[in-house]
Amino acid sequence: MRCDECKKRQATVHITKIVNGEKTLLHLCEQCAKEKSIFDVSFEFEGEPFSMQKFLAGFFEPIMREFHEKSQPLSCEGCGLTFPRFSQIGRFGCSRCYEAFKGQLDPMLRRLHGKTYHVGKVPRKRGGRMRIKSEIERLKRELQEAVNAEEYERAAVLRDKIKELEQKLGRD
Amino acid sequence: MALDELLDTSKIGWINSTGPDSDIVITSRVRLARNLKDVPFPHLLNRLQAKEVIEMVYKAFLSNAVLSKDARLYYMEDLSETEKNLLVEMHFISPDLARDDRGAVIISSDRRISVMINEEDHLRIQCIFSGLDPQGAYDLASRVDDVLEEQLDFAFDEQLGYLTACPTNVGTGIRVSVMMHLPVLTMLKQVDRMFSTMAQLGLVVRGLYGEGTESWGNLYQISNQITLGKSEEDIIQNLLSVAGQIIASERQARRNLNGEERLRLEDRILRSYGILTNSRLLSTQEAMRYISDVRLGVDLGIIKNLKPEELNNLFITAGPSYIQEVFKKTMTPLERDLNRANLLRQKLLR
Ligand SMILES: [Zn+2]
Ligand SMILES: [Zn+2]
Repeated sequence: MRCDECKKRQATVHITKIVNGEKTLLHLCEQCAKEKSIFDVSFEFEGEPFSMQKFLAGFFEPIMREFHEKSQPLSCEGCGLTFPRFSQIGRFGCSRCYEAFKGQLDPMLRRLHGKTYHVGKVPRKRGGRMRIKSEIERLKRELQEAVNAEEYERAAVLRDKIKELEQKLGRD
Repeated sequence: MALDELLDTSKIGWINSTGPDSDIVITSRVRLARNLKDVPFPHLLNRLQAKEVIEMVYKAFLSNAVLSKDARLYYMEDLSETEKNLLVEMHFISPDLARDDRGAVIISSDRRISVMINEEDHLRIQCIFSGLDPQGAYDLASRVDDVLEEQLDFAFDEQLGYLTACPTNVGTGIRVSVMMHLPVLTMLKQVDRMFSTMAQLGLVVRGLYGEGTESWGNLYQISNQITLGKSEEDIIQNLLSVAGQIIASERQARRNLNGEERLRLEDRILRSYGILTNSRLLSTQEAMRYISDVRLGVDLGIIKNLKPEELNNLFITAGPSYIQEVFKKTMTPLERDLNRANLLRQKLLR
């Protein structure tokens, strides 16, 4: 597959561009992808995980620049990584970076995943409360889907389950 | 430690069994990314710290006698380039792990579990199952995760889930992949169109050995891209339903072939069989093409003396490093092509 942009090189990156909620798919070579991602913030990456590493740098740059104008570069207390450095290498230095760069993280996560909160497995050590909370979150999403699909019987069952779990959470 | 044991493909579960829909789906793979709390991510570790991480993880793995029975730990620094490439070809490790010698991998005796240590994240727990069975692969990976979590403190945040070095993996840290053999859709040039639909569904497709979307042997890997805000179950279900549609279209496309098209395909398949059983020289890329044809011939009932599992084995045999490991030496490209052709012929005519 040829690159949509330069029509010369092999397209190795597949990008969904979102304009006013409309998605268009682009196939680009690495070079064009990098150029595009720097200048256009409406890009969502769908590239393969490891070759993606290389141009993640370019991808994070616009967010970083935006942020740069607003405040001073800060660094993570855990590992000393600064946000500009992160935007260069595309990787955090330690798990505490997530806390340190919280402000910049949300728009990035929204772009990468469409969401900013976790749903799913929770380590057992985290105990019951956390598990119940995450189960409620999941059921609520399922409920919304059921309502949207006008499956009212399923919705009623889900609503009861949520109520039950919320009571359990209140009791503990 | 030598890798001889791993060359024995008869011990590799996914090669020798036939899981659900294995006429089209070769393997299902699940990988979970996990990191140790309060330890810098692998790219910031020096050799000593990296080794400490490896030892901690290995010790935690050994805590479960059942899972770890006869499991092996391989340090990247102890392996030659060819050995590392072989592990990549056999899907035990990623190219990224092979590139840096601060990493290691634990491989279980049944070869279904491999735990990569100090790849991009401290741990990448990986399970490979035959056919379309991502749930089976996830259940096992999750069990390994539970065992390790009892011994280790993982970096986990209430809001963001499992914290990973790259924010593209944060949340569940899960990557589910299915490897599919799509010769007829490829022949009909329908694969590119499918790829574009896939991206809209939050999935990514890539060729197995080729660069980017180019594929050798008509093998494609489809994986989820989104890891945050969706549960493991939802991610698996999403992939399953898309895979189901692709399987149906490949099967339909195979059935629809008739008249001249079918005749030409049969001719191609039997010629490929002829080439594989008679060549003196075969490159990996060329061999992959013929093996794909023969595999299709087996699935269509045109070639009757082979089983699909034997073709899985041939795909591995054809890889660039396998040959060099079997003969225990570095070879020139010509020697490799010669030995590859010989070995494939032997395996086919056995
Ligand atoms: Zn280009
Ligand atoms: Zn940090």
